Amino acid sequence: MIDAAIAMNRFGLGARPTGNAPPSPADWLKSQIKSYQPVFPAMASQPSRAEIAAGFREYQLDRKDFRAARKDAAAAMAADDMPQIDPAKIEKVVNTLRLQYVSAADARMDAAISSDTDFAERLVHFWSNHFAVSIDKLPVLALAGDYEFTAIRPHIMGTFADLLYAAVTHPAMLLYLDQAQSIGPNSPLATRVAARRNKTLGLNENLAREILELHTLGVRTVYDQKDVTEFARALTGYTVGGMAKGPIQRFMAQNGKDGDSQFFAPIHEPGDRVVIVRRYSQQGGAQARAILSDIATHPATAKHIATKLAQHFAADVPPPALVARLEKSFLESGGDLPHLYRTLIESPEMWLPQQAKFKSPWDWVISSLRALNVRELPNSRQGVNMLAQLGQPIWKPGSPAGFNDTTENWAGGAALMRRVEIASRLAERSANRVDARILAPRILSGQLGVMTTENIARAESPSQGLALLLLSPEFLRR
Amino acid sequence: MLNRRYFVASGILGLGVAAFPGAGWAAPGTNKKFVFIIQRGAADGLATLAPTGDPDFLRARGDLAAEALTGTKLDDMFTLHPAMTESAKLFALKQASFVHAIASSYRERSHFDAQNILESGAGRPYGRDDGWLGRLLTLLPRDDAKGLAVAPSVPLALRGPIAANSYAPSRMPDANADLMARLTNLYAEDAQLSALWSGAQATEAMAGAPADQALKGGAALGQMTARLMQGPNGARVVMLETNGWDTHFQQKGRLNGALKQVDALIAALRDSLGNEWQNTLLMVATEFGRTVAFNGTGGTDHGTASAAMLFGGALANGGNIVADWPGLKASQLYEGRDLKPTMRFEQFASDALARHYGLDPVRTRTALFPDFA
Repeated sequence: MIDAAIAMNRFGLGARPTGNAPPSPADWLKSQIKSYQPVFPAMASQPSRAEIAAGFREYQLDRKDFRAARKDAAAAMAADDMPQIDPAKIEKVVNTLRLQYVSAADARMDAAISSDTDFAERLVHFWSNHFAVSIDKLPVLALAGDYEFTAIRPHIMGTFADLLYAAVTHPAMLLYLDQAQSIGPNSPLATRVAARRNKTLGLNENLAREILELHTLGVRTVYDQKDVTEFARALTGYTVGGMAKGPIQRFMAQNGKDGDSQFFAPIHEPGDRVVIVRRYSQQGGAQARAILSDIATHPATAKHIATKLAQHFAADVPPPALVARLEKSFLESGGDLPHLYRTLIESPEMWLPQQAKFKSPWDWVISSLRALNVRELPNSRQGVNMLAQLGQPIWKPGSPAGFNDTTENWAGGAALMRRVEIASRLAERSANRVDARILAPRILSGQLGVMTTENIARAESPSQGLALLLLSPEFLRR
Repeated sequence: MLNRRYFVASGILGLGVAAFPGAGWAAPGTNKKFVFIIQRGAADGLATLAPTGDPDFLRARGDLAAEALTGTKLDDMFTLHPAMTESAKLFALKQASFVHAIASSYRERSHFDAQNILESGAGRPYGRDDGWLGRLLTLLPRDDAKGLAVAPSVPLALRGPIAANSYAPSRMPDANADLMARLTNLYAEDAQLSALWSGAQATEAMAGAPADQALKGGAALGQMTARLMQGPNGARVVMLETNGWDTHFQQKGRLNGALKQVDALIAALRDSLGNEWQNTLLMVATEFGRTVAFNGTGGTDHGTASAAMLFGGALANGGNIVADWPGLKASQLYEGRDLKPTMRFEQFASDALARHYGLDPVRTRTALFPDFA
């Protein structure tokens, strides 16, 4: 029965005591490609991008008023009367954005702990982390949920090219990697501003670089600095209504919907671009789109994606045969993602009994809650706080590379101590209804070792038994 | 004059002193302490330690150069960022040394590859799975080889044959002692988990009072770190993480904030370590620098050379700046956009550590940076 446990714990988000072991684990996984639901009920009730943008705009205006008032006071030389920023007011606005974040993070967790298509949910988390945004940048705070729900979720069962386009043109990504403010130095707007105010506006190459390095081709492959700059020029124009800054914001005020991505032609760098020895003569937004579409199916991208997928599912140093098989599957299918998933499921390397992956904090929390048969978190913030304590705050990797996927990143002394504390809390809450001695063999069928069985049996209380189960080597790994 | 080579008497790159006592495993502890503060995200050395004596800098940086001029002028060439007031005091006391136009062997512009090299000390990304701080531990007497990272897990730089601990404060109530003892038993046959677990318990005990506050700000981090370094069982080789350096936009305000925090961290270590400050060396370094010119959004993009800093009561001959200044004219820039590196991080770090611990410089460099020719 170890295959069932592998399907549920290694491919899925963790076995639940109530679920019956699937008779054919591989078929059960494949069926999720069809039965996966991109929209989970709690996600449908999240605020729209326009509402989020309105909240952010209020924050920006408050800051602007404050700066203007400070400037006036400085001019009057009345240092004592220097206006102070109204912390209550700013806090209120930031709180609104934060509540929107917490509500979205809760929806993500609820979907993860209650889903019956949890292999697909794991894929959502994988891709969301591959195309990482991070809420330590304020404009991303309230948009991170919308990003995962509308750019990632609907596209994980399609082609890599469509997923890529949806991810990098979502407002959260355009704001996170500074694309929203990047302006073609020879664009109509830059020319006009330069003439009037003797001020130069220009490129920001952040998104262009990270697309090539992190999202598609991979670092040290086929591109160089010239390609980054050229691609950055092609990407100019992609910005966000109501949330860009300075002259872009002023000029596009009447155009487009607030909070939505749009292509704003007056800031696009005119002319042909050459990226990775191919010339792109398209006009406007079609130019970057053509580049994205080419790099999405580039062999370097196939290799990069195959490696990351294998590393996430199989082992920190993924078996070369598995990587090669996934790479081939990517190239043959033109980056059709379900194709890759089927190849993964059919690969023998995935079904080895050894538990090679140390669970990330997210994996460990979700699988713990599923094991304890918790369907919904009792209070909002609880999940958010738990993950922050464990060192993997939801949608806050702090870097466009996302959270690292390897053991040494998560298996630290301090990190383990945090898991002990949290396991104690979770166990106390569930001990009156769950018996660890019965639960352990159900969720770790074929994986459970003698040492853990004995330690659970000898526990001083039901709660301690549960804590030991959640902290056992078999449950800390997958 | 504009092309002059700028070189201040070397306190760091000086020639090795004739004889070094061979410190080995059996040697008695020295009480020496070392703290490495990594700036993740590529800190702008040109803003931190501004070459205000170079007219091309003033031309390239416009408004920001005007701000730089309000900092502490350290010599004819360099001005320290106005946010770093405590660091300026240490410089005046000869307890700070700065180097400029420095870089590791890495010449591309990926944060992740560059941090990997800065930490591993390897000649190529992902070339090694241990780090130069981890290898330093093997050169030190047993009592000095106690490594600690203030982070949930041990970063690459501190990984090596001698296990280092990690510590991160928690707001959670402690788990009960009986459960802790049982986990020791549960992990007995699992090599990885039993090692982690014994280290975690030891460090948790050291931290003493419940760490009830999140580490908001450099001052709190500095105070807590000093606590973890106290006494005979305290950590001696410590790694601290800072971030917020990737200033692609609105660099002025953001860099100001990040530098303030580092300045407060350094000051808190100085104040909280008390007499032990005299035995302590701090190093601050980043993975690469940033473009000389501003980008279109009030920030700077990924560059090449940057600045690095040393602080401490144990610093011999501080109060100086070492730089073989490459100049900032277009023709003098690396690939036409970045400050050109004229000094290698590997040399700088191994020289500083050899001096601090009284080790042979060549042996130290070979051990810490075996790929560095």
